[in-house]
Amino acid sequence: MFDIVISGGSVLTRTGIEQIDVGIADGFIAALGSGLEGSEMIDASGAWVGPGLVDLHTHLREPGEEWKEDIATGTAAAAAGGYTAVVAMPNTVPAIDNAQIAFYVSERARRIGYADVFPAGAITMGRLGEHMAHIDELWDAGVRIFTDDGTSLDNAAVLRLAMDYIANLGGVVAQHAVDSTLSAHGCMHEGTVSSRLGMYGIPSEAEEIVIARDLALVRLTGVRYHVQHVSTARGVELVAAAKADGLPVTCEVTPHHLTFDHNDVETTDPDFKMMPPLRSETDREALREGVRDGVIDIVATDHAPHAAREKEVPFEHAPNGVTGLEWAASVAVETIGDDMARFFEALSMTPASIGQIPAHGLALAADQPAHLVVFDPVAEWTPETTRSRSRNAPYLGTQRTGSVRATLLSGKITYEAGS
Amino acid sequence: MNHLLTTEGLERETLENLLTDADEFAEVLTRPIPKVPALRGKTVATMFFEPSTRTRMSFEKAAKALSADTMSFSPGTSSLSKGESLKDTALTVHAMGVDLMVVRHGATGTPWRLAEWLDIPIVNGGDGAHQHPTQALLDCLTIKQRFGSLDGLEIAIVGDIKHSRVARSDMFAMATLGANVTLVAPPTLLPVDTTRWPAATSTDLDAVMEKMDVVYLLRVQTERGGGSVFPSLPEYTNRYGMTSARFARLKPDAVVMHPGPMNRGVEIGHDVADYERALVLQQVTNGVAARMAVLFALLGGDSDV
Ligand SMILES: [Zn+2]
Repeated sequence: MFDIVISGGSVLTRTGIEQIDVGIADGFIAALGSGLEGSEMIDASGAWVGPGLVDLHTHLREPGEEWKEDIATGTAAAAAGGYTAVVAMPNTVPAIDNAQIAFYVSERARRIGYADVFPAGAITMGRLGEHMAHIDELWDAGVRIFTDDGTSLDNAAVLRLAMDYIANLGGVVAQHAVDSTLSAHGCMHEGTVSSRLGMYGIPSEAEEIVIARDLALVRLTGVRYHVQHVSTARGVELVAAAKADGLPVTCEVTPHHLTFDHNDVETTDPDFKMMPPLRSETDREALREGVRDGVIDIVATDHAPHAAREKEVPFEHAPNGVTGLEWAASVAVETIGDDMARFFEALSMTPASIGQIPAHGLALAADQPAHLVVFDPVAEWTPETTRSRSRNAPYLGTQRTGSVRATLLSGKITYEAGS
Repeated sequence: MNHLLTTEGLERETLENLLTDADEFAEVLTRPIPKVPALRGKTVATMFFEPSTRTRMSFEKAAKALSADTMSFSPGTSSLSKGESLKDTALTVHAMGVDLMVVRHGATGTPWRLAEWLDIPIVNGGDGAHQHPTQALLDCLTIKQRFGSLDGLEIAIVGDIKHSRVARSDMFAMATLGANVTLVAPPTLLPVDTTRWPAATSTDLDAVMEKMDVVYLLRVQTERGGGSVFPSLPEYTNRYGMTSARFARLKPDAVVMHPGPMNRGVEIGHDVADYERALVLQQVTNGVAARMAVLFALLGGDSDV
């Protein structure tokens, strides 16, 4: 008798997709087989059973901006979205530029128990783009991804030295690729819609320029490089070309860039304001194609909560960001379709391997920690509520396909639909 | 019509009706007692988050000429920490008993937000570089009074199109009323994408001006000072200014317009603004009449004019 048995689902195992049961005992996968009995049964018929999802790009806002989100509410939302591990972005207040704050974040998440949190470290002190952060100390604290996310690291000399340093450790440099001079004053994609609304635009080239320059520095330093929230068709092409050249480059796309485009900004609803901005229809199609064919390695949420009062202002004055943890898997399945292997690759296995996250993102096998998700790829649902502290999500009230039935972290149920 | 937020997409009939009413109100304004009781008991609030004494005065005069009461809110010079309490401000003013709000704000879309939060008619008094529909009405009224109709007229709007709500509002209204609109600007002051706009574009005023019936000059924001969007003010004037020499080359019955405030000697020649064929002051007078028509239409006044 197992503690929990997940029965009747399509299970992603090391040897392929199989119709079997998963038996869980003492927090570990104890058996994969048929007719297993557990004191608690989770019905997975018609559903996919695989490794818990891993988000490489979450803003948990703690420490410093707990009115938007904190580690408890953010990881609760993560669990509801099928995630068992998230990488917390370092643009907290203060920034995660030293080991103490990194320890605080991961330890607090461990005590709460909804999801494992792996902090990313800032590349520069205070994310100011000048002096190197405590990269060694952060590395020893388990940090593997370094980024000044929230802003682009514009100074090529500073970036080059950080790349040299991080390459030597074996870490990843992740870039929020938006040139700050071209994006100054900008609040949406530069194009037909910005022209009509009279709003300052951010040209696609603001992204292309940073990626192209960074790729030259990757060639120079050999560092592993990850493009965060790629938003343009040419950005994807640059990454594809770099991969073809054998550079150690990966990239992510957000659910919102796969779902919406700049036409949605015509409403001037601040929930459609994010950075990088929603681009054109053509860009969105290229991003969807990139996820399907794998040029875009992963879907990452860029979950960016903001309090209602912060968004109850004109579009141009609103902060950038949209929440994403609870609907990212739906958007992924809407994009990828019924390719279960690609789904878990893009949402769990590849993010875990890019982020060098131990024990997560593994095809199921006995004796590994039971970090699992049960996901129904065809269920239709309409998000109305959220476990996040914030509701800045244009997904609320829209019908989605694919919903999470249950999430387990170390064999403990952190989310179960309907409960 | 529940609100007046934009001229884009307004039906020709709606525009024509507003212009017809505005023309009648223009007559009212010439009477010894320039006032009608149409909106007695109604309260119009002007919410100007961006300073503009002229537009505010025009709206207040329009409301008073219709016998409405007026209230005004302005955040002073502090810019109200970037509109953080915009919703609360709007709800507070509304709670004082307001029947219609005129809002001007430096950010695009603000009047739409107010229309979402409040259940009273909202008039866009100018939002960012987006729309300023009552300006379009007063401009169309002025042109209609001069030419009888906008149908088939050639109209050039010249200047900082990219950052101009006047250009956007006027272009859509004028095109709907049958005019052929050409937007003329240095390449840095044209919007990046105008493919779906009902207007032609040009960077060469001299090449297009001789066929124009109306040349509408936009204010150069001299605080931009040149050097970033164009090389210098004299160079701007040299290529895009309505100097008296250029004026002399216009069609004999062509007119010049300007939304004010003017930079004489920059976008309009020192003396050109005073010519009979410069309609600047007529535009100002018509501003009151056009705004009366809008307030009257939205507050469902039931008395005769
Ligand atoms: Zn970012």
